[in-house]
Amino acid sequence: MTLPHKLARAGRLARQDVTDVVSSGQAPDPLSVFAPPGPGLQTGVPPGVQPGGHPQRDDTDLAIATRALAMRFRGGQLAVDHIDLAVPLGSVYGFLGPNGSGKTTTIRLLLGLMHPTFGSFRLLGADPRAGLDAVLPRVGALVEGPAFYPFLSGRQNLARVDAADRTADIGTAPARIDHALDQVGLLAAADKRYRAYSLGMKQRLGIAAGLLRPRDLMILDEPTNGLDPQGTREIRSLVKQIAADGTTVFVSSHLLAEVEQICSHVGVMSTGKLVFQGTLTGLRSRGDSRIRIRTTEPARAAEVLAAIGLTEITTADAEVSAALGEHPPERINARLVHADVPVAGLETIRPSLEDLFVELTGEGFNVSG
Amino acid sequence: MSADNAIALTPARAPAAAARHWLRLFRSELRIVFLRPRNLLMLLVLAGGPVFLGVVLYFNTPQPGSGGGPGAGAFIGQVADNGVFLSLLAIFLLLTLILPLAVAVVSGESVAGEAGIGTLRTLLTVPAGRTRLLVTKWLMVLVFCFAATMIVAIVGLVMGALLFPIGPVTLLSGNTVPLAAGLLRLAMIVGYVTAALAALGTIGIALSTFTQHAIAVMAAVLVIVTASDIADAVSQVAVIHPYLPTHFWFSFDALLRMPIGWPDVMHGLESFAVYTVIFGLIAWFRFNRADVTT
Repeated sequence: MTLPHKLARAGRLARQDVTDVVSSGQAPDPLSVFAPPGPGLQTGVPPGVQPGGHPQRDDTDLAIATRALAMRFRGGQLAVDHIDLAVPLGSVYGFLGPNGSGKTTTIRLLLGLMHPTFGSFRLLGADPRAGLDAVLPRVGALVEGPAFYPFLSGRQNLARVDAADRTADIGTAPARIDHALDQVGLLAAADKRYRAYSLGMKQRLGIAAGLLRPRDLMILDEPTNGLDPQGTREIRSLVKQIAADGTTVFVSSHLLAEVEQICSHVGVMSTGKLVFQGTLTGLRSRGDSRIRIRTTEPARAAEVLAAIGLTEITTADAEVSAALGEHPPERINARLVHADVPVAGLETIRPSLEDLFVELTGEGFNVSG
Repeated sequence: MSADNAIALTPARAPAAAARHWLRLFRSELRIVFLRPRNLLMLLVLAGGPVFLGVVLYFNTPQPGSGGGPGAGAFIGQVADNGVFLSLLAIFLLLTLILPLAVAVVSGESVAGEAGIGTLRTLLTVPAGRTRLLVTKWLMVLVFCFAATMIVAIVGLVMGALLFPIGPVTLLSGNTVPLAAGLLRLAMIVGYVTAALAALGTIGIALSTFTQHAIAVMAAVLVIVTASDIADAVSQVAVIHPYLPTHFWFSFDALLRMPIGWPDVMHGLESFAVYTVIFGLIAWFRFNRADVTT
């Protein structure tokens, strides 16, 4: 399968040539795609959500950069509430959030399917007001699940998608289609009708449509939605493979485990707001650790902990726990032993990703109720 | 690939490449429409129209020259004399309901159908280009209108030739013209009916940009056709008759006179053109601004 790779690379080179020609042939325009953002754009950006807390964000290093991007539906609902996404080039960015938190709407805005009510964004450095169509060929997308013609085969469906691309290389289309099918493991089922595909095959065909040509950015919206564990694993390894080729991957999901295993960066959405953005390590280091002591005398243990100055002490049947704060656990152990509290077990608990997620996005209605 | 080469090739190649890419999309669009089992069935039903009429008239041969009068009667009486009139009769009768229905289905499907199954978002993120896609859809509907009319005309001719004598054509004005001239008149009628259906198809495309339910568009288009027909039959509102979308549909009988009733034909074509332009613009405005939520 080296031929399609070569063809793909040639396609990418040719594309750059065309870009050069176009940009050199035009008079410089102060409002062009390549103009640096004006100082006015810097205001109104909440500093808390910027990666590393840099007040001056350089959007040219970002695959996706949004500024106060907002979308209000006709019913008045603010589906996307002034979010400032910063997706670094080369990252695998997990876009997390419960169902209905505005992830898909954000993706629709980024791809030009919807028009924002407020704010601006850049996709691979390009300003959509100068026309998204110039940059979209470099972006592969799977939005809200796969959508194809049920009466056509997988191969015919990909041919249809490729035919819509006015910058695709027509001569290499059959080779590129087969290569994309091969990458997602659908070559054997290529001539089956889409209607007869399983859910996993449909999802994979959706990803294959994004792989018809080399991309600089892949936007995958819930690519594992409704898949069984095997299907989920297949998609996960596919995403890893795409990222390994140097493509920036922006993948939305409500599944934490998935994001944890493949992502370098995460953004967490909750009711339209971006409540966290940063590296996965950054997310993990959030949240307060607790100490938990197993003991036959929880009441006395609790007294000792209170004397040390620990807070949020809760006692259960045979254990006590408290917010750890900055206290070294080994010192706590020494104090307990010194006070003759029988310590059967002692552990510090870091909040799980799920705890952090729930903390950021709120309990589900049936949990908090 | 040097920069010099690229600069030298680009201006000459760009329009040609754009045309090649557009043709590829157009072919794909035609394939989607003409390979869809449901549409094929619809074309088959259209072909069945003249077959049915031919068989019925073969076994219940009308008296030559009988019927007369306006409308279908003018053709029925002539079929036994000349098979060419089976083609005209079939076009006339199918244009009352089945041809508009077929156009309503395909034009309603054009944008709303893609939105309904979600393929619209795939096409737009490729990106196919909204205006480019809409123009492709419109030309596809135009081709479909022509193909549908043509199928009725051709099958009508074949059945007419098989079941009835074929020869010089006696026009509605009483003059007789050679068969070749008669077939030329038939071809002009096919063109006229295609234009009438294309105007209806453009209305369908425009409505199709407002919804994701193709069936709603089909129903709306048929309601428009029926309402227009009813209004056209009420003489109290004669003042609006020339503005109704279906008012000139059957004016093609002017093409069967000697000399041809050009004023009637031109009025019809003008009406179709105005409807096409107005609803084409509505479709374009709407489609370029619409938020795609499916």
